Amino acid sequence: MQANRWIDVRRFILACALGFAPIAAFATDIAQFKVAKGAVYLERGGKRFPAYVGTHLQATDTVVTGADGSAGITFIDNSLLSVGPNSVLQIERYAFNSTTHEGVFDTTLSRGTLSMVSGKIAKQSPDAVKVRTPSSILGVRGTEFLVRTSE
Amino acid sequence: MHGRYLGPLAALLVLGGCATSQDFVVLLPDKDGKVGKVLVHNPKGDTVLDSAYAAARTSGSGLQRNTASQSEVKEAFGSALTAMPPRPISFTLYFESGTDEFTEQSKQEIKRVIAEMARRQAPEITVIGHTDQVGPDPTNDALSLQRAERVKSILVGMGILPERILTAGRGRREPLVRTANGVSEPRNRRVEISVR
Repeated sequence: MQANRWIDVRRFILACALGFAPIAAFATDIAQFKVAKGAVYLERGGKRFPAYVGTHLQATDTVVTGADGSAGITFIDNSLLSVGPNSVLQIERYAFNSTTHEGVFDTTLSRGTLSMVSGKIAKQSPDAVKVRTPSSILGVRGTEFLVRTSE
Repeated sequence: MHGRYLGPLAALLVLGGCATSQDFVVLLPDKDGKVGKVLVHNPKGDTVLDSAYAAARTSGSGLQRNTASQSEVKEAFGSALTAMPPRPISFTLYFESGTDEFTEQSKQEIKRVIAEMARRQAPEITVIGHTDQVGPDPTNDALSLQRAERVKSILVGMGILPERILTAGRGRREPLVRTANGVSEPRNRRVEISVR
């Protein structure tokens, strides 16, 4: 337990030294990695960082996995998604009003595989959740579905 | 040097409609067996997936609509499905009438919340206040948020880190028991804790 905490602290200091604190929580956080296996990265502001269990995500972040990578993410409206190996998924837009459950959730899967369970946003507004691939647009009325895209 | 020519070339490809991806979309049954709906829009055609394992496949030649086999799903999506986060779970708390005190049953429920958090990786919770159908929306929204904030401070007092707790006031939009407007219903005056 103690050893684990030290690893976290070292990662945190390293992240801060790089000018980025992926473990710290901010009001703009919309989701969190719950699963991260193999090579998993988060791209924000043109920079790429390794992602871990507990790393927070913000709108417009991109998740990238390597050949051995997969990741599971839970959003604040209880939407769940995961990506398999060699995947690139960008969160284009995300907004959630926790009082009315109105919101918007647009993502683009440029490459790879996606599994999704839609949450409170889709339940409230049938047209608020969309997944794009390079050539398709999926309108998500609920609830569980899978997408693979390749060139 | 090459880079200077790639820009216009990429633009030509996009304009020419050649930037097509091969997509494979499968609708799964929900945990409780219900099936949702996904609309697939593609330059090669549109379709609606609304039955279990209904699948759409797109390629340069068109859009195909059929049913995916479980083995196909496992082969294509096994890694992603294995990485799915655990489902969020909800707990409901009630107060002794007219007090800040939880009912005896709700005290046990809080122990279950803490046990559920301990089972999860990077656990977070949203504390959601709900009201009955007495009074206007703005009043109920404020009241339900107040109730959620109060529960948050109790949970923080029990050792849960405040940064793991979001609060929400849902007002009277999600009654547990349907009642007419203006009806005071104790089962609707509750706080829900969603663990994710």
